[in-house]
Amino acid sequence: MIEDFSLWPPLFGGVLIGLSAGLFWLLMGRIAGVSGIFGRLLGPQPESGWTWRLAFVLGLPLGAWLAMSLDWSEMAPPPHAGWPVLIAGGLLVGFGTRLGGGCTSGHGVCGLSRLSPRSIIAVLVFMAVGVVGVFITRHVLAG
Amino acid sequence: MVRAILISGLAGLVFGIGLQISGMTDPSVILGFLDLFAISTGNWNPSLAFVLVGGLGAAAPLFAWARQRPRPMIEPVFQHPTSKGIDWRLILGSALFGAGWALVGYCPGPALAALSAGLAEPVLFVASMALGMTFYRLAFEPAS
Repeated sequence: MIEDFSLWPPLFGGVLIGLSAGLFWLLMGRIAGVSGIFGRLLGPQPESGWTWRLAFVLGLPLGAWLAMSLDWSEMAPPPHAGWPVLIAGGLLVGFGTRLGGGCTSGHGVCGLSRLSPRSIIAVLVFMAVGVVGVFITRHVLAG
Repeated sequence: MVRAILISGLAGLVFGIGLQISGMTDPSVILGFLDLFAISTGNWNPSLAFVLVGGLGAAAPLFAWARQRPRPMIEPVFQHPTSKGIDWRLILGSALFGAGWALVGYCPGPALAALSAGLAEPVLFVASMALGMTFYRLAFEPAS
C-alpha cells in the first residue's frame, strides 16, 4: 500500500460518520443518506420538510471546514478531472444515486447496518463498477 | 421542529468532520482505493475500507438498538425506506453512480463537504449532481 499510510484518521473519521448516521436513525428515525436528503431538497417542498434537510446539508461543508480550522485535517485537493469530466461525473452520480435509491452513506453505512439486501446489492454493484471504471480510466485509457 | 433542525444540523456537522478527517473529501484517496491494480505496485490506498469498518462498527450497534424500540427517541416514527425488491432501477442506478464515482472520485457527501475548500471543482460537480438529480425527478416523478 501507499507509504506513510495511517489507519487512524480514516478509522476515526469513519466512526464519526457511523455515529452520526446511527444516532440520526435512533433519534430522528431517518436514514442519513446524502443523495436522498440533498435530492429531496431540490424538488418541490416535500411533506417531510425541507428545513431539517437544509440543516443537514449545510452541516456537511461546515463540519469539513471546522475540521480544517481546528487543524484536524489538511484541506483536500480538488479532483484532477477537467470540467467536461466533472460535469459528466456529477450528472452520473446525481441521476444514478436517485435511480438506485442511495449512495455510500445511504446504502453503504445505513443500509449495510440495517442488513438490507437491497443495499448489499447496491454496494456490490457500485463498488464493482467503481473498480472497473478506475481500471479503465487509469490503466487502459491513460496508456 | 427546532429540535429537528438542530439535531439534523449537528448530524451533518459530525458527518462532515468525519468525511474530512478520514480523507474522503480527497478524490485521490477514493480513486486510490478503487484502483485495485495499484496493489501490485504498492500504491493502494485502503482508507475507504477503514472508513467503512469504523462507520459500520459505530452505526450497526445503534441500528440494532433501534430495532428494539417501537419508535425513535425524538421523532414519532421510523422512516423505513419504502422501496422493496431488487429491480433494474437499483442495479442500473448503482452502476451509473459507480461510473460517475470512478470518473471523479466524489460521491454526494464528500462533494458537498468539499465545498468548504472554496474551490471551483466541487462547485461544478455539485451543480452537475443537482442537475442529474433533477433529470431523474423530471423523468421518474412527473407528478412533483
